[in-house]
Amino acid sequence: MATTYRTCPRTGLQFDLDADKLMRWNAVAGVLWLLVGGITALLVILTRWPAIKLLPADQFYLILTAHGIDMLILWIIFFEMAVLYFASSTLLRCRIATPWLGWVQFWLMVVGGIMTNVAIFQGGSSVMFTSYVPMQAAPHFYLGIILFAVGALIGCGVFFGTLVVAKREKTYTGSLPLVTFGAMTAAIIAVFTIASGAAILIPTFLWSMGWIKEIDAQLYRMVWWALGHSSQQINVAAHVSIWYLIAAVAFGAKPLSEKVSRFAFLLYILFLQLASAHHLLSDPGMSAEWKVLNTSYFMYFAVLASMIHGFTVPGAVEAAQRKKGYTNGLFEWLRKAPWGNPVFSGMFISLVGFGFLGGISGVVLGTEQINMLMHNTFYVPGHFHTTVVVGTTLAFMSITYLLVPALFRREMMFPKLCQIQPYLYGISMSVLGLVMMGAGTLGVSRRHWDMAFSGAPFQYEWPGAAYLMMGLTGVFGVIAVIGGGLWIFVVVWSLLFGKKLDGGATHDKPVPIPDQSAAASASHTGSEEEHTSVPGTVVLAITLLVCFVLYYFVNWKYLSEVWGLS
Amino acid sequence: MSAILPPSERLWWKTPISGQEWAWIGIAFVWAMVMFVMMVYWHINGKQNLSNEVYKTTTEMFQAKTDAFVKENTIRTEDSLANPDLKMPVVKPNDKGEAFLLGRLWSWYPILELEAGKTYKIHLSSVDYNHGFSLQPTNINIQVIPGYEHVVKMTPTKAGTYAIVCNEYCGIGHHTMLGRIYVK
Repeated sequence: MATTYRTCPRTGLQFDLDADKLMRWNAVAGVLWLLVGGITALLVILTRWPAIKLLPADQFYLILTAHGIDMLILWIIFFEMAVLYFASSTLLRCRIATPWLGWVQFWLMVVGGIMTNVAIFQGGSSVMFTSYVPMQAAPHFYLGIILFAVGALIGCGVFFGTLVVAKREKTYTGSLPLVTFGAMTAAIIAVFTIASGAAILIPTFLWSMGWIKEIDAQLYRMVWWALGHSSQQINVAAHVSIWYLIAAVAFGAKPLSEKVSRFAFLLYILFLQLASAHHLLSDPGMSAEWKVLNTSYFMYFAVLASMIHGFTVPGAVEAAQRKKGYTNGLFEWLRKAPWGNPVFSGMFISLVGFGFLGGISGVVLGTEQINMLMHNTFYVPGHFHTTVVVGTTLAFMSITYLLVPALFRREMMFPKLCQIQPYLYGISMSVLGLVMMGAGTLGVSRRHWDMAFSGAPFQYEWPGAAYLMMGLTGVFGVIAVIGGGLWIFVVVWSLLFGKKLDGGATHDKPVPIPDQSAAASASHTGSEEEHTSVPGTVVLAITLLVCFVLYYFVNWKYLSEVWGLS
Repeated sequence: MSAILPPSERLWWKTPISGQEWAWIGIAFVWAMVMFVMMVYWHINGKQNLSNEVYKTTTEMFQAKTDAFVKENTIRTEDSLANPDLKMPVVKPNDKGEAFLLGRLWSWYPILELEAGKTYKIHLSSVDYNHGFSLQPTNINIQVIPGYEHVVKMTPTKAGTYAIVCNEYCGIGHHTMLGRIYVK
């Protein structure tokens, strides 16, 4: 095979030049969509801020549709394609399988993404991310998403192909590294997700063309959420893999137990996609038994998996730090962590925010009866901004501080701005999530242009606290947009004007992994050989559990006070 | 690697799991089971459970049923703030305690008048898009889907004037879709 590899002199990572180019193009496309998503975010926030109310209703719903599609699908999945190629080709030190198919993936996703955005900005497709039938968008709205999904499916195929090539050409020995294993679970969930997406979006496309007469509204919701929620599980598997990757690269950390961490990833495959049912807990079409079964078994085993990762990721960091001699007290390992390194600080804020805010709110929201307190309220976007944004997006941002020098061969510019960016973005986005949940708890609706109900036949006045929460949503939303914009700025500026770095020697054969390098830590398989006690992590985990239990029962108390329902 | 040293990598699936990890897995598992039991417990002893009584219907059929219900049980009419010519019927549930509530672009129809402490069977459906029944300020949220007639038993607890906010996006007039329930 005529393939060229280069070895990054700083990290020891080895890049197949075909994969290298694919990763760069996918990552850049992702960042550009994040830019579009960020601009729409600002417009959404400034409209929902009651004191400003920037856009008229029609433009608001149009922009909100674009924000959902561009962030949740386009930004994240483009970046995930880069993550998949990295976890396979780079970590396994292997050539990428069928690079030309990788380009088919890229261009299909580009064409699909643009097509859907054209449909949205033409104005006839303000149907929101969920596009619930019988509300209808233009045919090219659905077609664009279908093309994009086919592209993503091909990307998963290239990833699996690369795993096969690596195994056959023996570029690694033993088992897949944990990070690659995690990425593989993400890709497997992606295949399921895209199949569900095809099952619902292809008929919906035909319906929008007039070739199918009717699609059942409840059935649509059920199948659509197997796409809509499962795609978030791809993100979870991907960002948890990145947490492990950063722990390995920044600390040389090994998992406490490979067995436990891999088992937790397997639980994601087995149970997460079925958790889409928790979007239907307040729907008429499913029985209570169905709802309880799906929340308890098929969601809680996935929750168990996340709780395991929430222990093992900081645990791995703690064990590595204690080995380096930071053994005083419960938390010296954490105090002496490299808080000035955005790769680490971003990852840790992502971990804590995802667990404490996104995780707890998600499980409470996903409890069969408690869901009636929050279904379709502003609580829901509050929840997923702490999972998808604080969790996934911030993890992706953190790894970029590593990838710009290693992959793009540019030095990061503005090191001070890089240092504060994860704090600015992570903390403001966490507070944003909290105040959104606060507004939702008071009943404020999501996807709603005017909380004053102008033009309605009656008046209803939300409590003053709800207006306060929405005002805070505006303030912290704007800060979060600035934090996200800062990341785009430093990354794009560094790519354009950063000091060019040496790409490293090129070879036409893979070279052995250099010891003591970031690459060796990330590609290594094996648990900690002797158990290091991780009391600090135990304290963190117990704190999480106490918050979880208290908040869970507070909501039951709240539920017991509403009208009787049976 | 020196031959006198043991291999640095043991097989990962043979490495034992530490006590702390086991303990956490155990705690997390028990907590998941507690959460499962809570949902079942609430079905037995809780007073807020979403009804399972649902019928397939059509938008025409549900519209006709609601019209008949309004015709027989209207007690007075009220003016709309938005449209002075519009007389909105205020309707009491029938003798069997049944009432119909229909969501459409962009109103909840009709206005219902209930009594605190009594239990009613409210038939909920939509005649066009998805809508969201969000009862405020008590804060109960139920999805309303065209083609499905959901019979929800409700027991108001306190007298007052309640708003039904639509909280499922249903187009440009979504924010004007505000309904009303009186509880005496």
